[in-house]
Amino acid sequence: MTPEDWSAVRLTAQLATLTTLLLLLIGTPIAWWLARTRSRSRPLVASLVAMPIVLPPTVMGFYLLLLMGPQGPIGQLTEALGLGRLPFTFAGLVVASVLYSMPFVVQPLQQAFEAIPERMLEAAATLRAGPWDRFFSVVLPLARPGFLTASVLGFAHTVGEFGVVLMIGGNIPNVSRVLSVAIYGHVEALEFDAAHRLAAGMVVFAMVVLVALYVLGQRTGRAAERVR
Amino acid sequence: MNSLLLRAALCAACSLASFHAPAAEVQVAVAANFAVPLQKIAEGFTAATGHTLKVSAGATGKFYSQIIAGAPFEVLIAADDETPKKLITEGHAVAGSRFTYAIGRLVLWSAQRGFVDDQGAVLASGRFAHLAIANPKVAPYGAAGLQVIKARSLSDALKPKLVTGQSIAQAFQFVSTGNAELGFVALSQVAVPGKPAVGSYWLVPQELYGEIRQDAVLLKPGADNPAAMALLAYLKSPAAQEVTRAFGYGSYM
Amino acid sequence: MIEARLHLPRDGFTLDVSLQLPAQGVSALFGPSGCGKTTVLRALAGMERAAGRVALDGELWQDDACGLFVPTHRRAIGYVIQEAALFPHLDVRGNLDYARRRAGTARFELDPLLELLGIGALMARRPDTLSGGERQRVAIARALAAGPRLLLMDEPLAALDAARKAEVLPYLERLHRELQLPIVYVSHAIDEVARLAHQLVLLEQGRVVATGTVGEVLARLDLPTARGEGAGVVLEAVLAERDVPWQLVRLQVDEAFSVWARDPGFELGRALRVRLLARDVSLTRAPQIGTSIGNQLRGTVEAIADDDHPSLALVRVRVGANPVVARLTRRSAYALGLQPGMPVWAQVKTVALME
Repeated sequence: MTPEDWSAVRLTAQLATLTTLLLLLIGTPIAWWLARTRSRSRPLVASLVAMPIVLPPTVMGFYLLLLMGPQGPIGQLTEALGLGRLPFTFAGLVVASVLYSMPFVVQPLQQAFEAIPERMLEAAATLRAGPWDRFFSVVLPLARPGFLTASVLGFAHTVGEFGVVLMIGGNIPNVSRVLSVAIYGHVEALEFDAAHRLAAGMVVFAMVVLVALYVLGQRTGRAAERVR
Repeated sequence: MNSLLLRAALCAACSLASFHAPAAEVQVAVAANFAVPLQKIAEGFTAATGHTLKVSAGATGKFYSQIIAGAPFEVLIAADDETPKKLITEGHAVAGSRFTYAIGRLVLWSAQRGFVDDQGAVLASGRFAHLAIANPKVAPYGAAGLQVIKARSLSDALKPKLVTGQSIAQAFQFVSTGNAELGFVALSQVAVPGKPAVGSYWLVPQELYGEIRQDAVLLKPGADNPAAMALLAYLKSPAAQEVTRAFGYGSYM
Repeated sequence: MIEARLHLPRDGFTLDVSLQLPAQGVSALFGPSGCGKTTVLRALAGMERAAGRVALDGELWQDDACGLFVPTHRRAIGYVIQEAALFPHLDVRGNLDYARRRAGTARFELDPLLELLGIGALMARRPDTLSGGERQRVAIARALAAGPRLLLMDEPLAALDAARKAEVLPYLERLHRELQLPIVYVSHAIDEVARLAHQLVLLEQGRVVATGTVGEVLARLDLPTARGEGAGVVLEAVLAERDVPWQLVRLQVDEAFSVWARDPGFELGRALRVRLLARDVSLTRAPQIGTSIGNQLRGTVEAIADDDHPSLALVRVRVGANPVVARLTRRSAYALGLQPGMPVWAQVKTVALME
């Protein structure tokens, strides 16, 4: 493995971890709202969240490129905030990955939240637990398997992401040349040995992470099975 | 006068001959940068022969991988001359069918008016954050762009600003969305006949980069398809060459 | 005093009640399924938002007039439902601690609670390993551990089979006796209500049809409670005398009213609740000799009403200061020439002891 290869691995690990953590943070309130609200905007919001599943990645990447560019609203916002522009930066990749992997984190969380019977939360309320208290003391523990699934899916989806990263990243070494793009580049240039090496490394890396997460989940998952 | 009559007679004979062949379809793989001119040429081709084209546009390098893996393309209209040569040597294309249908013209382009001067001095000016090129390993226009940068002794200065698109089309998208202020693209992408030019560009002098010879070749699957052979013949015709030149390519014909 | 004035449109009916329940003892909300009794309970808890006013001993929990609505977690209530709703990710101790930690100074001491509900041995168990009856007792203990000033119970025995019900009922009876805690108890089972309630509110289609002590309400012949197999009076009696050789006791309802029943083993002077089902009471014009029925009570016919089936009638007889209800055929009532004011003898075949 060359230093460039290791750089691609490092970038991928950073991107996937950061994206997953951000999505757990942002996705939890969204999933909670979707699970619990009776608002009429619910179908609209749910569809918006699910859009990245439907859109081809290159299409999404292209529109993000437009939105983040000098004429786009996001680009103008970041410039006004003194942050420059997002395309071709690692931060831009993170933003794009968060948007692209959002349904894979929000949907498992939403399902886990929906599976918690209302009477559990009402019981907690009658025991003097306020809304935040109920969330941390009842919802989170009972939704743990959902969090595990969301983390696994979010992480795996980001590692495998290609089209969006290509469009937004610009394939810049040490900045946006993640594993998927590096492998593709090697294939395009007919450097098959390097491609095989990286692809194998990617699979091994992903397997290690996923197995670890699943083993962790085994132990915590048992309690929540008894909710029903 | 005689040669003129002879040529006219030959053309008539050719058209008559192709009129007698039943209308067929040709599977064509065309380099992304020639996709639009090919559309125009296809109109004339179908009108003249009745044959239709089924066109896939993309990166020449990718087409190479697909062809050696058995893709059913019958004609390759490439963005370089290396790939058709390789295909003939490796037995995937018909020997003797290769010819240069266009000479690629490189431009340095920006979506902003007045940004690029007609000497290309903006390259050295440092007034931009990103310069887009197609992946030099697979796209001749990308490699040509690098050559120009080297010729101007700007390799070190511009290396950190380079943004690589996987194809010339993607490089173009980086520039057209404004995310890269400058990019090396094909003249044919910028100067589209019938549409006013957007932004500003510098037509790079030929001496700064290796000639981008774009060759076409008949592939093995098309060896028995008279429509495929007719297409290659049509590409050399004055009608097709006129379109080619109008789109900003040079030609040998 | 528990006050509730509630108005809430629902599918099929509109809930419209005005209740004043004593702040002690067990008040039962009784009625058929879908009559709104659970809705009233939930509105008391703050889980349903009805229009109106809710107050406990003067403390306002809801008052639309001044826009006040205290959310559930700030009302000092305990709430028990038929599914128990124990937290599956905590063991029994964890569930109880959950309540105690949030109760502040109001909490009840844990040990007496464990003893009261007999769950001391279950502390380390997980809810899904408990039987239905055990789960309910833990749920009640958990609700009490939070130190409520009002206990709300929504058909807590409905999900239990007869054996488990019999297991849990005694604990419910001890509850109000040993804790000074008002309980509002929702049920559609007349047996539970007869056994546990002091105050009875009858609901139908979202409206209060009758309210009063359980003795008063069950003695009325014009209500749905007087129909069916569970019809009959409930009386408070004292264990006055013991007939040791025959293993019987005399339960004195008032000076002129006593019945003999099987010896339950309690001490003399013990207060007991007694239920006389209408189907177990027959009437005669004169006292009978040579009958196996040991309890013959002298009384006066007070009221006669038709029962569900056209062949049947209900007769209320005043014995001493208390009522007894009998079910007869209309033919018999006619043959006996029963009229209000007539002296008559009520023969009670079975005395059900509520303990």
